[in-house]
Amino acid sequence: MSELRNYTLNFGPQHPAAHGVLRLIMEVDGEQILRLDPHIGLLHRATEKLAETKPYNQSIGYMDRLDYVSMMCNEHAYVRAIEKLYGVTPPIRAQYIRTMFDEITRIMNHLLWLGAHAIDIGAMTVFLYAFREREDLMDCYEAVSGARMHATYYRPGGVYRDLPDKMPQYEASPYKKSAEIEKMNENRQGSLLDFIEDFTRRFPGLVDEYETLLTDNRIWKQRTVNIGIVSPERALALGFTGPMLRGSGIAWDLRRKQPYAAYDQMDFEIPIGKTGDCYDRYLVRVEELRQSNRIIKQCIDWLRKNPGPVMTDNTKIAPPKRVTMKKDMEAMIHHFKLFTEGYTLPEGEAYAAVEHPKGEFGVYLVSDGANKPYRLKIRAAGFPHLAALDEMCRGHMIADVVAILSSQDIVFGEIDR
Amino acid sequence: MSTVQLSEDVYRELKDKIAKSVIALDELTITVRAEDLREVCLALKNPPFDFDTLIDICGVDYLHYGISEWHTTSATTKGFSRAVSDRIIKSNIWDGPRFAVVYHFLSVTQNHRIRIRVFCEVDDAPQVDSVTDIWPAANWFEREAFDLFGIVFNGHPDLRRILTDYGFIGHPFRKNFPLIGEVEMRYDAAQRRCIYEPVSIQPRTLVPKVIREKNVHAHPLSEGEKSGE
Repeated sequence: MSELRNYTLNFGPQHPAAHGVLRLIMEVDGEQILRLDPHIGLLHRATEKLAETKPYNQSIGYMDRLDYVSMMCNEHAYVRAIEKLYGVTPPIRAQYIRTMFDEITRIMNHLLWLGAHAIDIGAMTVFLYAFREREDLMDCYEAVSGARMHATYYRPGGVYRDLPDKMPQYEASPYKKSAEIEKMNENRQGSLLDFIEDFTRRFPGLVDEYETLLTDNRIWKQRTVNIGIVSPERALALGFTGPMLRGSGIAWDLRRKQPYAAYDQMDFEIPIGKTGDCYDRYLVRVEELRQSNRIIKQCIDWLRKNPGPVMTDNTKIAPPKRVTMKKDMEAMIHHFKLFTEGYTLPEGEAYAAVEHPKGEFGVYLVSDGANKPYRLKIRAAGFPHLAALDEMCRGHMIADVVAILSSQDIVFGEIDR
Repeated sequence: MSTVQLSEDVYRELKDKIAKSVIALDELTITVRAEDLREVCLALKNPPFDFDTLIDICGVDYLHYGISEWHTTSATTKGFSRAVSDRIIKSNIWDGPRFAVVYHFLSVTQNHRIRIRVFCEVDDAPQVDSVTDIWPAANWFEREAFDLFGIVFNGHPDLRRILTDYGFIGHPFRKNFPLIGEVEMRYDAAQRRCIYEPVSIQPRTLVPKVIREKNVHAHPLSEGEKSGE
């Protein structure tokens, strides 16, 4: 009998299905995975250490760059930790705006995930559809903060500014006919809220489109059903949160169980899976798209009826209004102090978590009473998920590794930090 | 269950193993001795507490705790110049052990959280027992704390570096590790390979770390002293 030998196969770090820079060392027996060792850290930027050397507000922008497909949710955890330690509550309108943008972010994240997941398994079309809708949501980001992705919109004590009354429109261009531009500007005639409302009206139909392409698709099911099964007990032991945990059948959602912002006022369902395979995780996320849409609708209704401040009037932590600075010495001093030294937080520690699109995203803040965090620990949602990749892939085929990996919704910005 | 109730229950169950138990901002923090860690963890994992999920393991280096870079009690004629490193003012010096490991646990079944802090007794060789066999999720978190702080987790099955580069020297999140690192890499045309050299840039502080005793306890402005309007 000839001698058989297992192969060790290298995957990545530059591979289109690696969702960034992941290197996998796979030990395979024929096509079967025996052992899998993810090498991470290729995108490590030491965000936590950088934050230790900067005043609190200067690190909000770093939070956007952690999980760079769900920017505002990262900011939310960070500003909540600061608010908790400082003891300031943002105005109610800011809470609703945050809720709305968290859900917009969730849709953006899940759309990118859906597109990338489908393209990994071999369905090209969904990617194009998903990015079409993502573009509209990025326009919402841009309208409210000026940036399409890295918004730095949430601030301790509220949000940077109120929702704009006018939605920016496409301008005349030599590359497009004027009739075409007019059509593109059709739903941009009113305010930002009108634009988002139009989106929420269209979106359920669009999710149906994605589902037509995938949910009952024979190839899709062959690639995902019974692949990477995680039992509920195992999911808890491995530290899963978010859709990964819900896919395994545990109805755990921080928005419901430990509500923050305005989630206790919202009416929505928590979808859960049955078997805990890739297909269930897909169904859970698709249903979350619909639920997020529902939450956004409720926020729009409330925001239309209730104007008000979006930033706390405590000028020790939030900059005073430009107008007051022109005539009030005190306001001037506060502004100067905030933008040179920043504010100091009381000595102590706080942990704030949000239901990030990928799971529980937490920020643990230790302060020694200075104007910079003494230690900032970011609990990335994807970190324990990726750690479980080895266990989830054992015994599966090489091609399934890609399906399992993308069903985890991995983004290296947050895992490597 | 409220945090106070949880704190009482935990204290009743593990009285002799808890060095300190604090509730701040509705978060329960208990400090345990390193040798009791595993026993405490096992007790928390099982009923009646059911802390089934390990949320986070975080290393903390208390070397510069309470040390500020700039201190003004009265008006000065001299501002804060950039590129400071030697002006260090100690206000409330940390006299405890240098390294700590902070665990966050969550109970999905009972919906409560707890934080456990363990100090490493020896500053030069910090070590703690591993909890990977109690919560498998601890595996990578412990590797991370080992990589960044050099805390050794006894009994960990595979304690390798995780985030830093292959062949990296040092533990970058220690407070005495410079922000810009110790080596820089470039391609050397003569040797036709990548070479590592000591860093050539000076570390700079753009905004000094300031501890304001007066501002530390901030309260929202009351109606009478409202400014800025």
